[in-house]
Amino acid sequence: MTVALVIVSHSVQLADGVVELAAQMARNVELRAAGGTDDGRIGTSFDKVNDAVTELRAAGHDVAILTDLGSATMTVESVLDFLDEEELEHVKFSDGPLVEGAVAAAVTAQVGGDLDAVVAAGRARELFS
Amino acid sequence: MSDTLSVAWALAWIRGAQAVLAENRETLNDLDRAIGDGDHGENMDRGMKAVVGKLADGAEDVQGVLKVVASTLMSVVGGAAGPLYGTAFLRAAKATEGDVDANGAVAIIAGALEGIVARGKATTGEKTMVDSWTPALDAAKAVAESGGTPAAAFRAAAEAAAKGSDDTIPLRASKGRASYLGERSMGHRDPGSLSTAIILKAAADAAEAA
Repeated sequence: MTVALVIVSHSVQLADGVVELAAQMARNVELRAAGGTDDGRIGTSFDKVNDAVTELRAAGHDVAILTDLGSATMTVESVLDFLDEEELEHVKFSDGPLVEGAVAAAVTAQVGGDLDAVVAAGRARELFS
Repeated sequence: MSDTLSVAWALAWIRGAQAVLAENRETLNDLDRAIGDGDHGENMDRGMKAVVGKLADGAEDVQGVLKVVASTLMSVVGGAAGPLYGTAFLRAAKATEGDVDANGAVAIIAGALEGIVARGKATTGEKTMVDSWTPALDAAKAVAESGGTPAAAFRAAAEAAAKGSDDTIPLRASKGRASYLGERSMGHRDPGSLSTAIILKAAADAAEAA
Protein backbone atom coordinates (compact mmCIF):
# COMPACT_ATOMS: atom_id res chain seq x y z
CA MET A 1 0.00 0.00 0.00
CA THR A 2 1.32 3.43 -0.93
CA VAL A 3 2.33 6.05 1.59
CA ALA A 4 -0.35 8.72 2.10
CA LEU A 5 0.18 12.46 2.55
CA VAL A 6 -1.48 15.01 4.82
CA ILE A 7 -1.08 18.61 3.64
CA VAL A 8 -1.39 21.09 6.52
CA SER A 9 -1.83 24.76 5.71
CA HIS A 10 -3.16 27.83 7.47
CA SER A 11 -5.44 28.32 4.48
CA VAL A 12 -8.18 25.91 3.43
CA GLN A 13 -7.67 26.91 -0.18
CA LEU A 14 -3.90 26.55 -0.06
CA ALA A 15 -4.14 23.02 1.39
CA ASP A 16 -6.75 22.06 -1.21
CA GLY A 17 -4.66 23.61 -3.98
CA VAL A 18 -1.51 21.77 -2.99
CA VAL A 19 -3.47 18.50 -2.92
CA GLU A 20 -4.87 19.26 -6.36
CA LEU A 21 -1.41 19.97 -7.72
CA ALA A 22 0.28 16.95 -6.14
CA ALA A 23 -2.53 14.63 -7.27
CA GLN A 24 -1.82 15.44 -10.89
CA MET A 25 1.36 13.36 -10.78
CA ALA A 26 0.26 10.88 -8.13
CA ARG A 27 -3.10 9.44 -9.10
CA ASN A 28 -2.98 6.47 -6.75
CA VAL A 29 -1.73 8.28 -3.66
CA GLU A 30 -4.12 9.18 -0.85
CA LEU A 31 -3.77 12.94 -0.30
CA ARG A 32 -5.61 14.70 2.52
CA ALA A 33 -5.91 18.43 2.98
CA ALA A 34 -5.98 19.74 6.56
CA GLY A 35 -6.30 23.46 5.94
CA GLY A 36 -7.58 26.22 8.19
CA THR A 37 -9.16 26.06 11.63
CA ASP A 38 -12.18 23.94 12.55
CA ASP A 39 -14.45 26.89 11.69
CA GLY A 40 -12.67 27.74 8.44
CA ARG A 41 -10.56 30.67 9.62
CA ILE A 42 -6.88 31.13 8.81
CA GLY A 43 -4.93 28.88 11.14
CA THR A 44 -4.37 25.20 11.73
CA SER A 45 -6.43 22.60 13.51
CA PHE A 46 -5.12 19.88 15.81
CA ASP A 47 -8.32 17.92 15.22
CA LYS A 48 -8.23 18.17 11.41
CA VAL A 49 -4.65 16.90 11.34
CA ASN A 50 -5.34 14.22 13.93
CA ASP A 51 -8.50 13.02 12.14
CA ALA A 52 -6.71 12.81 8.77
CA VAL A 53 -3.84 10.82 10.29
CA THR A 54 -6.20 8.52 12.20
CA GLU A 55 -8.31 7.78 9.11
CA LEU A 56 -5.30 7.08 6.91
CA ARG A 57 -3.70 4.84 9.53
CA ALA A 58 -6.99 2.96 9.96
CA ALA A 59 -6.96 2.35 6.20
CA GLY A 60 -3.47 0.85 6.53
CA HIS A 61 -1.36 3.68 5.15
CA ASP A 62 1.91 5.04 6.41
CA VAL A 63 1.55 8.81 6.58
CA ALA A 64 3.86 11.71 5.72
CA ILE A 65 2.75 15.16 6.88
CA LEU A 66 3.81 18.45 5.27
CA THR A 67 3.19 22.00 6.55
CA ASP A 68 3.26 25.57 5.29
CA LEU A 69 4.54 27.64 8.26
CA GLY A 70 6.03 27.28 11.73
CA SER A 71 2.82 27.27 13.72
CA ALA A 72 1.39 24.55 11.44
CA THR A 73 4.53 22.58 12.24
CA MET A 74 3.87 23.09 15.96
CA THR A 75 0.34 21.77 15.52
CA VAL A 76 1.67 18.69 13.72
CA GLU A 77 4.30 18.12 16.42
CA SER A 78 1.56 18.35 19.04
CA VAL A 79 -0.40 15.63 17.22
CA LEU A 80 2.74 13.46 16.98
CA ASP A 81 3.29 13.92 20.74
CA PHE A 82 0.10 11.96 21.37
CA LEU A 83 1.19 8.94 19.30
CA ASP A 84 3.07 6.04 20.84
CA GLU A 85 6.52 5.01 19.66
CA GLU A 86 5.31 2.24 17.38
CA GLU A 87 2.86 4.58 15.67
CA LEU A 88 5.66 7.11 15.17
CA GLU A 89 7.33 4.56 12.87
CA HIS A 90 4.33 4.97 10.57
CA VAL A 91 3.56 8.69 10.84
CA LYS A 92 6.31 11.20 10.11
CA PHE A 93 6.70 14.91 9.56
CA SER A 94 8.46 16.01 6.40
CA ASP A 95 10.03 19.40 7.01
CA GLY A 96 10.30 20.91 3.55
CA PRO A 97 8.94 23.63 1.27
CA LEU A 98 5.23 22.89 0.98
CA VAL A 99 4.55 22.95 -2.76
CA GLU A 100 7.75 21.42 -4.10
CA GLY A 101 7.91 19.06 -1.15
CA ALA A 102 4.35 17.84 -1.61
CA VAL A 103 4.83 17.19 -5.31
CA ALA A 104 8.17 15.42 -4.77
CA ALA A 105 6.75 13.37 -1.87
CA ALA A 106 3.61 12.43 -3.80
CA VAL A 107 5.56 11.30 -6.85
CA THR A 108 7.88 9.25 -4.63
CA ALA A 109 4.86 7.61 -3.00
CA GLN A 110 3.28 7.00 -6.43
CA VAL A 111 6.33 5.01 -7.59
CA GLY A 112 6.27 2.90 -4.44
CA GLY A 113 8.72 4.70 -2.16
CA ASP A 114 8.51 3.76 1.51
CA LEU A 115 7.76 6.27 4.27
CA ASP A 116 11.38 7.31 4.79
CA ALA A 117 11.86 7.85 1.04
CA VAL A 118 8.67 9.93 0.84
CA VAL A 119 9.65 12.02 3.87
CA ALA A 120 13.14 12.59 2.39
CA ALA A 121 11.62 13.61 -0.95
CA GLY A 122 9.28 16.02 0.84
CA ARG A 123 12.24 17.78 2.40
CA ALA A 124 13.32 18.46 -1.19
CA ARG A 125 16.65 19.83 -0.07
CA GLU A 126 18.26 19.20 -3.46
CA LEU A 127 15.86 21.69 -5.01
CA PHE A 128 17.57 24.44 -3.04
CA SER A 129 21.16 23.30 -2.99
CA MET B 1 -4.92 33.17 51.91
CA SER B 2 -3.98 29.52 52.36
CA ASP B 3 -0.74 27.57 52.11
CA THR B 4 -2.05 25.28 49.42
CA LEU B 5 -4.15 26.03 46.39
CA SER B 6 -6.99 23.71 45.47
CA VAL B 7 -9.16 23.05 42.44
CA ALA B 8 -11.29 26.09 43.39
CA TRP B 9 -8.20 28.25 42.93
CA ALA B 10 -7.40 26.66 39.57
CA LEU B 11 -10.94 27.31 38.32
CA ALA B 12 -10.86 30.91 39.59
CA TRP B 13 -7.44 31.36 37.93
CA ILE B 14 -8.59 30.19 34.52
CA ARG B 15 -11.89 32.09 34.66
CA GLY B 16 -10.03 35.22 35.74
CA ALA B 17 -7.49 34.82 32.95
CA GLN B 18 -10.32 34.40 30.45
CA ALA B 19 -11.96 37.64 31.58
CA VAL B 20 -8.76 39.69 31.36
CA LEU B 21 -7.73 38.16 28.03
CA ALA B 22 -11.18 39.06 26.68
CA GLU B 23 -10.71 42.66 27.89
CA ASN B 24 -7.30 42.75 26.21
CA ARG B 25 -8.41 41.14 22.99
CA GLU B 26 -7.88 44.25 20.85
CA THR B 27 -4.61 45.18 22.58
CA LEU B 28 -3.23 41.73 21.81
CA ASN B 29 -4.52 41.87 18.24
CA ASP B 30 -2.87 45.26 17.75
CA LEU B 31 0.46 44.06 19.12
CA ASP B 32 0.29 41.01 16.91
CA ARG B 33 -0.70 43.09 13.88
CA ALA B 34 2.53 45.08 14.26
CA ILE B 35 4.84 42.05 14.13
CA GLY B 36 2.70 39.01 13.30
CA ASP B 37 -0.60 37.93 11.81
CA GLY B 38 -2.82 40.04 14.01
CA ASP B 39 -4.94 37.33 15.58
CA HIS B 40 -3.38 36.64 18.99
CA GLY B 41 -6.11 38.45 20.91
CA GLU B 42 -8.88 36.81 18.94
CA ASN B 43 -7.29 33.38 19.26
CA MET B 44 -6.72 33.64 23.01
CA ASP B 45 -10.22 35.01 23.56
CA ARG B 46 -11.82 32.25 21.51
CA GLY B 47 -9.66 29.58 23.14
CA MET B 48 -10.21 30.71 26.73
CA LYS B 49 -13.97 31.12 26.23
CA ALA B 50 -14.07 27.51 25.03
CA VAL B 51 -11.99 26.46 28.05
CA VAL B 52 -14.31 28.18 30.50
CA GLY B 53 -17.29 26.54 28.78
CA LYS B 54 -15.69 23.12 29.18
CA LEU B 55 -15.00 23.85 32.86
CA ALA B 56 -18.61 24.91 33.57
CA ASP B 57 -19.16 21.75 35.60
CA GLY B 58 -15.86 22.15 37.46
CA ALA B 59 -13.10 19.55 37.59
CA GLU B 60 -11.82 16.94 39.99
CA ASP B 61 -8.51 18.55 40.88
CA VAL B 62 -5.96 21.15 39.78
CA GLN B 63 -4.42 18.71 37.32
CA GLY B 64 -7.84 18.10 35.78
CA VAL B 65 -8.33 21.84 35.21
CA LEU B 66 -4.92 22.19 33.57
CA LYS B 67 -5.59 19.20 31.29
CA VAL B 68 -8.86 20.73 30.06
CA VAL B 69 -7.05 24.01 29.35
CA ALA B 70 -4.36 22.11 27.42
CA SER B 71 -6.60 20.00 25.21
CA THR B 72 -9.07 22.80 24.53
CA LEU B 73 -6.46 25.40 23.57
CA MET B 74 -4.74 22.88 21.33
CA SER B 75 -7.99 22.14 19.48
CA VAL B 76 -9.60 25.55 19.37
CA VAL B 77 -6.94 28.26 19.04
CA GLY B 78 -5.61 27.65 15.52
CA GLY B 79 -2.61 30.01 15.71
CA ALA B 80 0.82 29.33 17.17
CA ALA B 81 -0.57 30.02 20.65
CA GLY B 82 -2.64 26.81 20.46
CA PRO B 83 0.18 24.30 20.38
CA LEU B 84 2.39 26.53 22.55
CA TYR B 85 -0.05 27.13 25.41
CA GLY B 86 -1.57 23.69 24.87
CA THR B 87 1.78 22.02 25.42
CA ALA B 88 2.56 24.41 28.28
CA PHE B 89 -0.60 23.49 30.20
CA LEU B 90 -0.16 19.81 29.36
CA ARG B 91 3.33 19.75 30.90
CA ALA B 92 2.12 21.86 33.81
CA ALA B 93 -0.66 19.30 34.38
CA LYS B 94 1.84 16.45 34.30
CA ALA B 95 3.95 18.28 36.91
CA THR B 96 0.98 18.69 39.27
CA GLU B 97 -0.40 16.29 41.84
CA GLY B 98 -3.04 17.21 44.38
CA ASP B 99 -3.17 20.72 45.80
CA VAL B 100 -0.46 23.26 45.02
CA ASP B 101 2.07 24.55 47.57
CA ALA B 102 4.89 26.97 46.71
CA ASN B 103 6.96 24.17 45.18
CA GLY B 104 3.89 23.11 43.26
CA ALA B 105 3.57 26.64 41.88
CA VAL B 106 7.19 26.41 40.75
CA ALA B 107 6.46 23.01 39.17
CA ILE B 108 3.50 24.42 37.22
CA ILE B 109 5.55 27.32 35.85
CA ALA B 110 8.55 25.09 35.15
CA GLY B 111 6.34 22.59 33.32
CA ALA B 112 4.79 25.36 31.24
CA LEU B 113 8.15 26.81 30.28
CA GLU B 114 9.53 23.38 29.43
CA GLY B 115 6.53 22.70 27.19
CA ILE B 116 6.87 26.01 25.38
CA VAL B 117 10.58 25.53 24.79
CA ALA B 118 10.02 21.95 23.58
CA ARG B 119 7.35 23.09 21.14
CA GLY B 120 8.66 26.47 19.98
CA LYS B 121 12.39 25.83 20.33
CA ALA B 122 13.00 29.42 21.42
CA THR B 123 15.44 30.59 24.07
CA THR B 124 15.48 33.86 25.99
CA GLY B 125 16.16 37.05 24.06
CA GLU B 126 14.30 35.95 20.93
CA LYS B 127 11.26 38.15 21.60
CA THR B 128 8.81 35.40 22.50
CA MET B 129 6.72 34.27 25.48
CA VAL B 130 9.84 32.49 26.73
CA ASP B 131 11.05 35.96 27.75
CA SER B 132 8.14 36.17 30.21
CA TRP B 133 8.08 32.57 31.46
CA THR B 134 11.82 32.36 32.17
CA PRO B 135 12.08 35.26 34.67
CA ALA B 136 8.72 34.15 36.09
CA LEU B 137 10.16 30.75 36.91
CA ASP B 138 13.26 32.27 38.52
CA ALA B 139 11.14 34.61 40.65
CA ALA B 140 8.79 31.83 41.79
CA LYS B 141 11.75 29.62 42.68
CA ALA B 142 13.25 32.35 44.85
CA VAL B 143 9.99 32.69 46.79
CA ALA B 144 9.62 28.92 47.24
CA GLU B 145 13.22 28.55 48.42
CA SER B 146 12.74 31.24 51.05
CA GLY B 147 9.60 29.52 52.39
CA GLY B 148 6.97 31.79 50.83
CA THR B 149 3.37 30.93 50.04
CA PRO B 150 2.19 29.74 46.64
CA ALA B 151 0.32 33.05 46.29
CA ALA B 152 3.59 34.92 46.84
CA ALA B 153 5.30 32.65 44.31
CA PHE B 154 2.67 33.39 41.66
CA ARG B 155 2.73 37.13 42.50
CA ALA B 156 6.52 37.25 42.07
CA ALA B 157 6.20 35.24 38.86
CA ALA B 158 3.52 37.59 37.51
CA GLU B 159 5.58 40.68 38.24
CA ALA B 160 8.67 39.14 36.66
CA ALA B 161 6.63 38.11 33.61
CA ALA B 162 5.29 41.66 33.20
CA LYS B 163 8.84 43.01 33.39
CA GLY B 164 9.99 40.30 30.98
CA SER B 165 7.25 41.37 28.58
CA ASP B 166 8.39 45.01 28.82
CA ASP B 167 11.91 43.84 28.07
CA THR B 168 10.81 42.26 24.76
CA ILE B 169 10.07 45.72 23.29
CA PRO B 170 13.61 46.58 22.12
CA LEU B 171 14.44 43.03 21.07
CA ARG B 172 14.77 41.86 17.50
CA ALA B 173 12.58 38.81 16.83
CA SER B 174 14.36 35.67 15.73
CA LYS B 175 11.51 33.15 16.00
CA GLY B 176 8.19 32.84 14.24
CA ARG B 177 6.76 35.14 11.62
CA ALA B 178 7.97 38.26 13.46
CA SER B 179 11.51 37.18 12.54
CA TYR B 180 10.74 37.95 8.88
CA LEU B 181 10.56 41.62 9.88
CA GLY B 182 14.17 41.66 11.08
CA GLU B 183 15.06 45.02 12.60
CA ARG B 184 11.53 46.32 12.03
CA SER B 185 10.36 43.99 14.81
CA MET B 186 12.29 46.19 17.27
CA GLY B 187 10.27 48.70 19.30
CA HIS B 188 7.19 46.43 19.57
CA ARG B 189 6.09 44.31 22.52
CA ASP B 190 5.80 40.60 21.83
CA PRO B 191 2.08 39.72 22.16
CA GLY B 192 2.73 36.23 23.57
CA SER B 193 4.83 37.72 26.36
CA LEU B 194 1.85 39.91 27.34
CA SER B 195 -0.70 37.07 27.29
CA THR B 196 1.73 35.13 29.51
CA ALA B 197 1.94 38.04 31.96
CA ILE B 198 -1.88 38.26 32.01
CA ILE B 199 -2.25 34.53 32.69
CA LEU B 200 0.28 34.59 35.54
CA LYS B 201 -1.26 37.70 37.09
CA ALA B 202 -4.63 35.93 37.08
CA ALA B 203 -3.00 33.00 38.91
CA ALA B 204 -1.64 35.38 41.56
CA ASP B 205 -4.93 37.28 41.93
CA ALA B 206 -6.88 34.04 42.37
CA ALA B 207 -4.31 32.70 44.85
CA GLU B 208 -4.49 35.83 47.01
CA ALA B 209 -8.28 35.57 47.05
CA ALA B 210 -8.19 31.85 47.91
